[in-house]
This record gives sequence, structure tokens and C-alpha cells, in this order.
Amino acid sequence: MSTIASLHIGELGYISEESLDFIPLKLLEMGCLPGAEVQLIQIAPLKDPLYICVNGSHLAIRKETASRIKILKANL
Amino acid sequence: MPKNDIKVALIGNPNTGKTSLFNQLTGLNQKVGNYPGVTVDKKQGICKLSATQNAIITDLPGTYSINPTSLDESIVLKSLLKKDIKESPDVILVVADVENLKRNLLLFSQIKDLEIPTVLAINMVDQMHRKGISIDVSLLQKELNTEVVLISARKNQGINDVKEAIIRCHVAAKASPLCGINSKIDPDYFQNLKEISSNFSLYELWLMVTQNNYPDTITKEEKEKLLAFKQDVSKLKRYQHKETIYRYQEINKILKKTYIVDKSKATDVRSKLDKIFTHKIFGYFFFFFILLVIFQSIFDWATLPMDLIDSTFADLSDFVRGRFQPGLLTDLLVEGIIPGIGGVLIFIPQIAILFLFIAILEETGYMSRVVFLMDKIMRRFGMNGKSIIPLISGTACAIPAIMATRTISSWKERLITILVTPFTTCSARLPVYAILISLIIPNKKILGFLNLQGLVLLLLYALGFGMAILGAYILHKTLKIKSKSFFVVEMPNYKIPSLKNVFFEVLEKTKAFVFGAGKIILALSIVLWFLASNGPKSFANAEKNVVENIENRNASQEELNQKIASEKLKNSYIGIMGKTIEPVIKPLGYDWKIGIALITSFAAREIFVGTLATIYSVEADDENTATIKEKMRSEINPATGEKRFNFAVGMSLLIFYAFAMQCMATLAIVKRETKTWKWPLIQFFGMGCLAYISSLIVYQILS
Repeated sequence: MSTIASLHIGELGYISEESLDFIPLKLLEMGCLPGAEVQLIQIAPLKDPLYICVNGSHLAIRKETASRIKILKANL
Repeated sequence: MPKNDIKVALIGNPNTGKTSLFNQLTGLNQKVGNYPGVTVDKKQGICKLSATQNAIITDLPGTYSINPTSLDESIVLKSLLKKDIKESPDVILVVADVENLKRNLLLFSQIKDLEIPTVLAINMVDQMHRKGISIDVSLLQKELNTEVVLISARKNQGINDVKEAIIRCHVAAKASPLCGINSKIDPDYFQNLKEISSNFSLYELWLMVTQNNYPDTITKEEKEKLLAFKQDVSKLKRYQHKETIYRYQEINKILKKTYIVDKSKATDVRSKLDKIFTHKIFGYFFFFFILLVIFQSIFDWATLPMDLIDSTFADLSDFVRGRFQPGLLTDLLVEGIIPGIGGVLIFIPQIAILFLFIAILEETGYMSRVVFLMDKIMRRFGMNGKSIIPLISGTACAIPAIMATRTISSWKERLITILVTPFTTCSARLPVYAILISLIIPNKKILGFLNLQGLVLLLLYALGFGMAILGAYILHKTLKIKSKSFFVVEMPNYKIPSLKNVFFEVLEKTKAFVFGAGKIILALSIVLWFLASNGPKSFANAEKNVVENIENRNASQEELNQKIASEKLKNSYIGIMGKTIEPVIKPLGYDWKIGIALITSFAAREIFVGTLATIYSVEADDENTATIKEKMRSEINPATGEKRFNFAVGMSLLIFYAFAMQCMATLAIVKRETKTWKWPLIQFFGMGCLAYISSLIVYQILS
């Protein structure tokens, strides 16, 4: 299954229900909820952190966190 | 404070324009103080709500929820859980951004569950049309059961509505919870929790359990019962997750009825700008270009006002000397207090310019992009993208820079940033560098356009920054602190900075510097003056000895006065101290006179030049800097017959000033931020040893 870290720039996905336990509370509070649409906007020059847009929030998170959040890719 | 003033706490997500609203409501009636019991600054201001009613507004740090992950955020929780009458707010004003209303309402729903009267101010409504957003305010007001006001703090719209809503809210004191968390998650669990105490709302009790933060008013018995709920940590975590999701469900239900976005109307400047600013190559290029502009401006623009301040204080000293009766008090004024105050104020231009740039970068939203670009690099050295802000601020002054580390959530990363920030070249090192470079480095051009002296100065800046990075790496490898590194940064929309906000920010930071560092530098100047103008018996005989010395028979009165002054200094308390440490500093190439300057500048580096000026018995005013320099240049080392400030000694001193921890005010701030003397002491001795050893090596190789 894919994670946020496996998205390509510009690609969309939906956060899957089963990753609920792996999303830090802080990210949940910022709108990273199961079912939410997430888009990868930009990757920092050294391939980390990732700049994502989720639920209308524009956030930078580290790759390590992103690779724990499972998603369903949108256009598959 | 008068009893009928309404206490209002201003709360909101970062980047919602909270500060703009605070500035609009309070204007120049602001002050920065300390939270009692918590050693963190709080911003307060007075706002006139109506002809008869004032409000005291407290600006709390921006936060996404009241489950804190950084020091800044924990302040919000602490001030909300406070139950004593003097501190707890009567009304909470939640500021939300119209574009991110959903996320902002999460914080609002938590606040509402604390059952304190709450006003919701939805900000930036001037952009609603452009973004295709429409809101049914009266329905939203009903659904949320609170006062809702649409405002645009930057355009000064709706500010009066906010004031009226605060009064209405205070009178009506509507305070029912929004999301009853009890029923949805685990009714039995929350029922048991609620039965512990009737003095607190269910949500307050829940926060005490999850955040381990207990108000003073809680009884011992209640606390023990609450602690029992903490046993099952994974259950707590699961329930917190559930709680958050439940809150979002409630919010979604409400927004569905009241908030409509037509995405086709949205224009997207952000993504275009982001493509440039976070670009792999252009991103860094642009960042270094900005840094270059900042440093050029600091040195270019600040020179004129600095010279002006310098000469004003020299004139003031002369004026006082000429006007008042000669005596102890006049001496204290002329040689201690006036130069002391001048020594603080002279840094205002450089510090203000740097803060001006930092405030603009923050306001525009660009700083978050820098954090994004730098995180991976900084992490290799045990820091975090957010550490770049303290490291840049440190080039003005380490004190506000260390305070800026509060947003870093990992304690280890924050501590490392605090410990290495004093290596960056602050403005207090500049006068020392300037005079030493002009003594030992020839003023010539290399490659036809680079000024050699300027190049050396640039290298010293690079040395400071490099040492900060190296120091961080060593600490990263040696400090055994387990601290979870969690990193999330919001990338706010780009904004044109508001002049009012930038002005207040610069004013506040500069004030904090002047009153923070200023007190210590002033106090020390007075102590220094005392130690230099008093001494044991031999001090009193100095004048007689010089006059009676046969060698001085043909000296002019001016020469004689200078000889008396330096004889007095040698026998003063400070002179004796210099003599005492001479054996220790001799291997670095310094004599007792430089030793005196070293001792005094341990309080603050910029005292170095002033002390040498006193020691070489010339006046310290601006017109005579050439004379200080000439005096230093013509000073002879009696042991070798060579110049005292030769290349080896000059380099040794430069390295010493680059590394040594010579700033009492910074040590005091580090103590305050780390809450123990351990870290400032480690910093003091660690940096001191490094400075000593490096200077020793440099001097021994070069001499």
C-alpha cells in the first residue's frame, strides 16, 4: 500500500482509515484525518521534508512521519 | 488594575492575524511582562471597549490545539487551567482565518468545552469574495452558541464589533460546551472521570489527565483519583485520537450548513511563489541573496545612526563635566553611567535593522519556507529547520535569539540550539573586531575589488557560524537526552507585511534588548568605574610617586596627567586583578592591561574597547577613535621591544573574542530558558576553554 511519502509531486491521495493509530495527534489536529484528501506539493532539496496540502492546510512534515501514513492513490 | 476591567485572552492558530488584531485593539498601550510562576514573556495591552469599560487583553502564543507540544503552546494551556481569580480570563477571544475555518474551529471547540465565555472573530474576511467563500453568520452563531464577528484586522474592519461582542459575551456569560466529548467515545469512562470533581468541567479534568498539568486549586484526593486514569497510556492516546475525529465530525456538520466555498473562484498566487522559493536551486540562491542583503544593510545603514549616538553621548559627558562641580558624583556620571548607557544604546540601530528584516520575513510567510529548506541540513547537526531563525537572529543579539527557540518541540534540539547560538557573531563583537582588524590587517585590495579587512571580517562571521554548527554536531553526538523529534510546520499563505505589525515587533524586541542586556551592562560599567578609580594604599600615592619621579621632571602637564592616570590604574583594584591573571594569559600573548579588558569584557564584549581606551588613558569619545587606535598601535611590549598588538597577539585576541562566552545577559537568559544553572555554566566553561586553547595555539604558531 502507498504512503504519503510515495506520492509524486502534484499527485493526490486519500488518507486511509487504518493508519489512524500512526498519525501523531498533532497532525490529526491540523486536519490530517482518515478520509482526507492529501496532495504532495513540493519536496525539499535534500528529499526531506515534504510539503503537503491536506484538508486545506499547507504543511511541511518529515519523510519519516509521511511514510507512516497510508493512503489510497486518487486516480488509480 | 481596576476591578471592573474585563480580562480577555486572545487565542488562535498561528498565522491567523492574531497579532494584527492585538495591535488594532491595544495600539501603543502594550507591555511585555512575565507570567507569574512561568518564566516566559506575556504581551498585554489595554483596550477601551466603551466609554465606561476597559479590557485587559493578553496575547497568547499561536497554537493549533490546547494539547501542547512546545513550550510556547504549553503557556496557552497553563493560562486556561488557572483557576485563581486574578489570572483566569473572563472572556476568550478566538481568532480564526476565514480560509482555514475548519481547522481553526478545532481549537475553538476545545476552548468552548472549557465553559468560559467565548467570542469567535473570523479574520481576513476582505478576501472572502476573491476566494469564493460565503458564511451564514447568524446561523453559525446559533450553531456554535457563541458571539461570531467577521473582521479584517489589517484593514481595520469590524474592530468595534469585536469590542461590542466582548461586552455582550461578558454580560450574558453563555458558556455551555460545544462538543460533549463524554457520550461519543466511552460514556462509562468519562462519567467516572466527571464524578471526580464538581469544581471543574469534564473537559478540564480530561486535560489534566492527558496533559499532566494540574491547577493549584485541585485537592490532593482529586489529584490521586485523576492519576489513576493515567495508568493505561495507550487507551489515553486512543481516546485523544477519537476525540479529535469526533470534534472534526461535529465541525463538519456545522460548516456544511453555514460555510460555502466555490473553489473555481480561488486564485492561486501561492503555488507560483512556492515554485520559486522552495525550488531545489533557486530556493537556496534566493535565501542566500536575502541574507546578503540583510548583512549589507546592517553594516551600511547602521553606521550613521551609530556614529550619531556615539558622539551624542561623548558630548553629553563633556557637557556634564563642564557644567557640574568636579567630584565623585560627576565622575560616576561622566565615566560610569553616561558611557554605560551609551554602550547599550549604540547597538539599537543594528538590532532594529535586523529585527526589521526578520519581522518582514515572518510576516510575509517566507520564514516557513526557509525552515522547510533547511530542516534536513540542520538535522544532521542535531538541530531542526526552526533552529535557523535563532541562528540568524543571533547575529544581532543572542538574547532574543535564544527566546526564539521556544517553538522547537524537541527538548534536545532546542537545548542544542540554545547552547550554540552564542557562537554566531553578535553585534557586540563588532567594535572589538573592527579595532583589532584595523590594527593588524593592512587596508588593501585583493583581486582588485575585495577589501582585505572586510574579507577578514566576513571570515570571522563564517568562523562563528561554523563553530556553532560544529558545536551542535558534537553536542548531538554526546548529549544523552531522549527526546522525540517531531516536526510539522504550517506553510502560511504569502502576505504583504503590515507596517503596524512590523513596527510593534521591532519596537518590542528592541525594548527587550535595551532593558534586558542594558541593566547588566550599565551596572557593570558602574562597578568597573569604581574598581578602576579606587584602590589600596599604593593607589593613593600614585600621583605623588609620578610627580616626584626624576624622569618626569621635564614632562609637560599633559604627559604628566597621563602618567598619573596610568600609574593610578596599575594600582587600582582592577589593575591588581589584571596583574593577578597575567601569568595565565601570558602564553596567549597578553599583558595585564589586556587582562583587565578581558576581565571586564566577560560581562559584555563591547566593554573591551572602552576599557582599553581608559587603560591607555585617552578619552573614549568618537572623535578620538583614531587616537585609541594609534595608542594601541604604538604600545610597546617591553620584553621584546616590538609592538604590543602585533599580528600574533591580534589574531589570538580575535579568536578569543570569537569563541569565549563573554555576555552575562545571555547566561542569565539561558538560565531562564533551561531553568537550571547547569547549562549556562557548561556554556561558560566550555566556550571559555575552547577560546583559551584556540588562542593559545594561534599565538604560539604565529609568534
